[in-house]
Amino acid sequence: MELLLRFLGPVIRRSGKSRRWWRILIAGYIFIAPWLLGFLIWTAGPMIASIIISLMKWEVITPPHFVGFQNFVHLLHDPLFSISLYNTAYYTFIGVPLQLTMALLLAIMLNVKVRGIALYRTIYYLPSVTPAVASAMLWLWIFNPEFGLANALLVKLGLPKQLWLMDPVLAKPAFIVMSLWGVGGAMVIFLAGLQGIPSELYEAASIDGANGWQRFRFITIPMLTPIIFFNLIIGLIDSFQIFTSAFIMTNGGPQNKTLFYVLYLYRNGFQYFKMGYASALAWVLFVIILLFTLLQFKLSKRWVYYETELGI
Amino acid sequence: MTTTGQEKSDLIASGTLYVTRHSKSFLIMQGIKQGLLYLLLSSISVIMLIPLVWMLSTSLKGRGLEFVFPPQWIPKPAKWSNYPEALTILPFGRFFLNTVIITFFSLVGSLISSSMVAFGFARIPFPGRKTLFMLLLSTMMLPYVVTLIPSFLLFKYLHWLDTFLPLTVPAFFGGGAFFIFLIRQFYATIPMDLDEAAVIDGAGYFRIWWSILLPLSRPVLATVAIFSFIWNWNDFMGPLIYLNSLEKFTLALGLASFHSMHNARWNLLMAASTVVLIPVLIVFFVAQRYFIQGIVTSGLAGR
Repeated sequence: MELLLRFLGPVIRRSGKSRRWWRILIAGYIFIAPWLLGFLIWTAGPMIASIIISLMKWEVITPPHFVGFQNFVHLLHDPLFSISLYNTAYYTFIGVPLQLTMALLLAIMLNVKVRGIALYRTIYYLPSVTPAVASAMLWLWIFNPEFGLANALLVKLGLPKQLWLMDPVLAKPAFIVMSLWGVGGAMVIFLAGLQGIPSELYEAASIDGANGWQRFRFITIPMLTPIIFFNLIIGLIDSFQIFTSAFIMTNGGPQNKTLFYVLYLYRNGFQYFKMGYASALAWVLFVIILLFTLLQFKLSKRWVYYETELGI
Repeated sequence: MTTTGQEKSDLIASGTLYVTRHSKSFLIMQGIKQGLLYLLLSSISVIMLIPLVWMLSTSLKGRGLEFVFPPQWIPKPAKWSNYPEALTILPFGRFFLNTVIITFFSLVGSLISSSMVAFGFARIPFPGRKTLFMLLLSTMMLPYVVTLIPSFLLFKYLHWLDTFLPLTVPAFFGGGAFFIFLIRQFYATIPMDLDEAAVIDGAGYFRIWWSILLPLSRPVLATVAIFSFIWNWNDFMGPLIYLNSLEKFTLALGLASFHSMHNARWNLLMAASTVVLIPVLIVFFVAQRYFIQGIVTSGLAGR
């Protein structure tokens, strides 16, 4: 530190800033250096590289050559691209609202002060810590058409057995059902939000004669909108990138009905080694997610209520 | 909160006048309400746990018994030998060791680097701090796929493929925006007076971070450690992309390849899945206070 300051001596004298200013500047950047370097090496660098690679035809073993926007043009004529995009959109736009509703309901139930509530919180969160591969295996077995638990339940209810993951119509809904089992992450964040709502608000509303529904509708929901917004954004981003469960359980089948976007990207990048095409796919997904996120931020001005500014 | 808020306010609203008159029926109502609440909480717990119980139950069934329909819940007799059988078809001991190594180094890297970076953002008013912090927050929303291919090519160029380096080294570079954010929020709750007193005593930034803030931050560091453990232990895509040879596989990757080799042996598959899950469960139960409470108190309420 001292050495650096001495080394920078002439710069410091000419800058017109105090030694203290420079000391803070240098110390600050030393402390954040790990992240800053990591950001340049593993985020900013790769993002730029990704654009360049997307303009190339590159099969890893053959040297890359520039093809302009050919990869992107090819995308438009690739039926699997639109299929995978449709599947992902279906999974996201039906799944995420259900996940958020479920997570919020669970959080509200868990936000009571009764004995043993910590145990219930632990149980509800448990599925979220289950390794993705293990839960994929488990749900594959649950949805087994012949011997699975899902069909055992249907038979018990007097309903016909289903093919579930092997049924072109039911395959995607089955993935959504599975995702509802793992809403613990969003639930805990909702719980945090609920605990941050001052109880005086409820007390005041009760004195004014508000019933349970009115308190929920006019206090809980507005106070929770920033958290709902946060979970919505994170949920959309995660959902758009579903991979592990689909890779293990169906590998895209039946009839490409569960060929999700990142699965298709993985195939292009790491099975067909089309680095250029996979990068183009990655950038298209990035732009789609970015547009959705920006749209959400824009729409959020209408419905998200910030009591104070974010403490950033 | 909703119910307790209501109870309290009901008491206030009704006042002494009504409390004395209705206290008995009020208490009965409360009892019924609480009973219903427990019933609801417990039924959902059962739904949450059934898949895991089913996994355990299947893992103990003898050959062929997993194909009895409708399924039996309690396997008779319990075939414990499924476990050693499942774990020796592939070198699961080796996978376990590999997973421990990767998880350990990532965890250490994340803890050191994220707490250090968080200190810079929380305590040193350097120029550009706000902009860079916003940049850091925005990377939390960045889809990982956009950096996937170039990172793979970078590691290939460095000849790091099929080693543990791509899975551990990046953790030492900040450890992830989420962890930095979490720790920074916690640091912000520690009074600045402590720093100022230390400065008067002649301490530099490094001393303030290491000997004052770090010892005070044990709860949030525990939260970060546990999250890092779970994420690395459970990670699938990273090992899938970067590891090729069987003896370098992690548990998650080993389990997936076990499935692709023996996809009809459900009892063995469930036994192997249970084994992969158990360390996570142990850590989760031992540390659940930091897990859920850590997020609830330090994560978001801190802002």
